[in-house]
Amino acid sequence: MEGDVVQMGAYIGAGLASTGMGGAAVGVGLVVGNYLSGALRNPSAAAGQTATMFIGIAFSEALGIFSFLIALLLMFAV
Amino acid sequence: MATDTHEVVEAVATSSHNAPGAEAAPGMPQLDFTTFPNQIFWLVVTLVVIYLVLSRVALPRIGSILAERQGTITNDIAAAEDLKAKALEAEDVYNKALADARSAALDIAAQARAEIQGDLNDAIAKADAEIAAKAAEGEKAIAEIRASALQAVQEVANDTASEIVTVLGGKSDAKSVASAVSARMKG
Amino acid sequence: MTRGSNMVAMVIFAIAAALFVFAAFINKGGELAFHPMAQFEVKPLFGAEHLAWYTPSNATLWMGLSILAVVVILVVATSKRAIVPSRMQSIAELAYGFIYKMVEDVAGKDGVKYFPYIMTLFMFIVTANFLGLLPMSYTTTSQIAVTAILAMAVFLTVTILGFYLNGFGFLNIFWIRQAPLILRPILALIEVISYFVRPVSHSIRLAGNMMAGHAVIKVFAAFAAITLIAPVSIAAISAIYALEVLVSFIQAYVFAILTCVYLKDALHPHH
Repeated sequence: MEGDVVQMGAYIGAGLASTGMGGAAVGVGLVVGNYLSGALRNPSAAAGQTATMFIGIAFSEALGIFSFLIALLLMFAV
Repeated sequence: MATDTHEVVEAVATSSHNAPGAEAAPGMPQLDFTTFPNQIFWLVVTLVVIYLVLSRVALPRIGSILAERQGTITNDIAAAEDLKAKALEAEDVYNKALADARSAALDIAAQARAEIQGDLNDAIAKADAEIAAKAAEGEKAIAEIRASALQAVQEVANDTASEIVTVLGGKSDAKSVASAVSARMKG
Repeated sequence: MTRGSNMVAMVIFAIAAALFVFAAFINKGGELAFHPMAQFEVKPLFGAEHLAWYTPSNATLWMGLSILAVVVILVVATSKRAIVPSRMQSIAELAYGFIYKMVEDVAGKDGVKYFPYIMTLFMFIVTANFLGLLPMSYTTTSQIAVTAILAMAVFLTVTILGFYLNGFGFLNIFWIRQAPLILRPILALIEVISYFVRPVSHSIRLAGNMMAGHAVIKVFAAFAAITLIAPVSIAAISAIYALEVLVSFIQAYVFAILTCVYLKDALHPHH
């Protein structure tokens, strides 16, 4: 019985942790959106900043990955 | 409270060890530490092999291919520049020849025009002289003809007048008739 | 041209999706069963009982295949050394030029010395990711053990190299001179923390992306057992598979470019 409660808590926690991935999605969207709006204003400078955009995506995505990891740990490892 | 959570954790630990469901739904295989030495060993082997292949064979080869191609392209571009310079030179020569020919042609044309003008002037002068001579001759002839014609007219008039006088019963005096006729004709 | 290749890509995705469904069924005899994580298990290849550190396992098999892929792409394809490249040789040259330019742009001219290391990492990850997209395959880069070793190798290399090249001047990366003096200790603390989080995020990003995509595909494949929603499931697998093709490349690219960024810190610690 108590184990079930803990299991339930773990699953609820996993679900809550998954909402963090939404934040990462917003962040990635902001990065790419701002890159695009800048690139459309000044297309000649866009090619040089693609790498910077990918680095930005990677950093903001990392936080979403952390929440995904927490969710997985709660579901399978706790 | 603290003991409660401790008990709970213990319960979970024992249940996950004993429950038959634990076999059917294993946790994350990624967190199964017994497989780590195996994966790490083979990963290191793989990376070393790939590194050796890349650094000994692949990368120098691709680098040399790219350098060779760059050299070929550079050579070709240099050759193309050479050819372009030559073409420009040839064009210059051609343009110069064209300008020379054009100026020579203009010269010849001017010369020819001058010659023709000279000939023309000569011919015109000659023609003018001839025309003047002809005109003078003609006027002389006209004057002669007119003089002879006047004389003839006067004779005819004299004759006619004396005849008329005679017919009218007068006595024609040749001298007075002649002077009357000439006075009449001058008037 | 593009229309034709789109059609080909669609057909390939559909076949791959069907194979995934088949792979999901093959052990289960048609029962609706969710085992999205079973594909990540490390098993001995030749039926050995115990998995020792030297036992050839499915990890060995797929890592060996990625070595084979690297050799085929970069060595066999360039064996003719043609001035006008064939298609395969163009791929090798594109990969070389892509990574070389990235190292040069991000890490600087003196970073070019470390180009073979970064190329090794990139080629291993990109081939492992794409081989992992084959139905019923095993994705070596979805294992935290593997990516953690890759990330730790990068982290240790960069740290040791930084101290070796700059001595204690390497600590300048934590001491931001542009900031006001009062803020510098706080920023230094944040920089130190973020420096030590690097290998964690570096490894978890790759493993997490790979694991998540493959697990989602397996979950959808399990839903295909219900006749009513099978078409939806197969369409969803096709879509996720297309996304995974993109992710496979981008994650390898991101891993390599972050390595270059870290390398730049080691080579030029002054901000």
